[in-house]
Amino acid sequence: MPGLVGKKIGMTQVFREDGTVVPVTLIKAGPNFVVYRRTKEKDGYEAVALGFEEAKRANRPMMGIFKKAGLPPLKKIVEFRVDDSSQFEPGQRIDVDILKEGEKVDVTGWEKGRGFQGVVKRHGFAGGPRSHGSKFHRIPGSVGATTDPGRVWKGKKLPGRMGNERVTIKNLEVVKVDREQGIVAVKGGVPGARNSWVIIRKKG
Amino acid sequence: MDPILVFEQKEMPQKEIPDFGPGDTVRVHYLIEEGGKKRIQKFEGTVIQRRGSGIRETFTVRKISQGIGVERIFPLYSPNVTKIEVLRRGKVRRARLFYLRERKGKAAKVKEKRG
Repeated sequence: MPGLVGKKIGMTQVFREDGTVVPVTLIKAGPNFVVYRRTKEKDGYEAVALGFEEAKRANRPMMGIFKKAGLPPLKKIVEFRVDDSSQFEPGQRIDVDILKEGEKVDVTGWEKGRGFQGVVKRHGFAGGPRSHGSKFHRIPGSVGATTDPGRVWKGKKLPGRMGNERVTIKNLEVVKVDREQGIVAVKGGVPGARNSWVIIRKKG
Repeated sequence: MDPILVFEQKEMPQKEIPDFGPGDTVRVHYLIEEGGKKRIQKFEGTVIQRRGSGIRETFTVRKISQGIGVERIFPLYSPNVTKIEVLRRGKVRRARLFYLRERKGKAAKVKEKRG
């Protein structure tokens, strides 16, 4: 099983047996359902699509796919690349206990959007002195040379939209798995706001 | 119900926690590991605050040891906090007793609650 699709719930903490406190992020990721398969012969690659969380409706082409799998419409569908998709059956239920406690996983989420930000926050520029008559506080400074090249280099770090990006945190430890509630607790933080989608990917 | 609360409820160790609050004098039995050996250490003092909720709740105990103020923060649900004994109930009018830090000697005493 390659991974799971879920929703970030929030953070809390858990005690290890020796009393150490482990900060964890709770992810609601169960149950997942196999929605469809991609095969080498038909699609040119092998993958399995997992869906999570029931929706009230879906558009017509998607309804056909859900109907074929014998599933209610699902809100979020993610394809996972696998070596051989034939071991999965559309409609198959996948619970969070495919993850074992102590296992390492990669978690992908979508960052919180931060809007239009200056160069200090967005790129970590140091900024200028705040006092002693300085008028150079948080501005980007020089953006390049003069007539040669006569333009600003591509990729120059400047103010702009920040956040809203897809971010993967690697090697997070699975601390707790709760099958009944469909909750996975991974050590540390996970990108994104609460109730945002996350993808948990198993290693190897 | 909030799934975080449900999760925390499950994770909370089933242990007996006496009803205590700021101003109370308590003796905390704390399990420590020292050179491969485990033993119980006792910490006795006045509770000056309880903070947080659910499994994240902690409490702070203050005592004067050899003339020096010592404060320790214990996670209420830590498996290492094996026992909490309430020795004395204090009569206080606020939830955080940080004003005790500025006081010395008799002025730093919390009056006992009677009846």
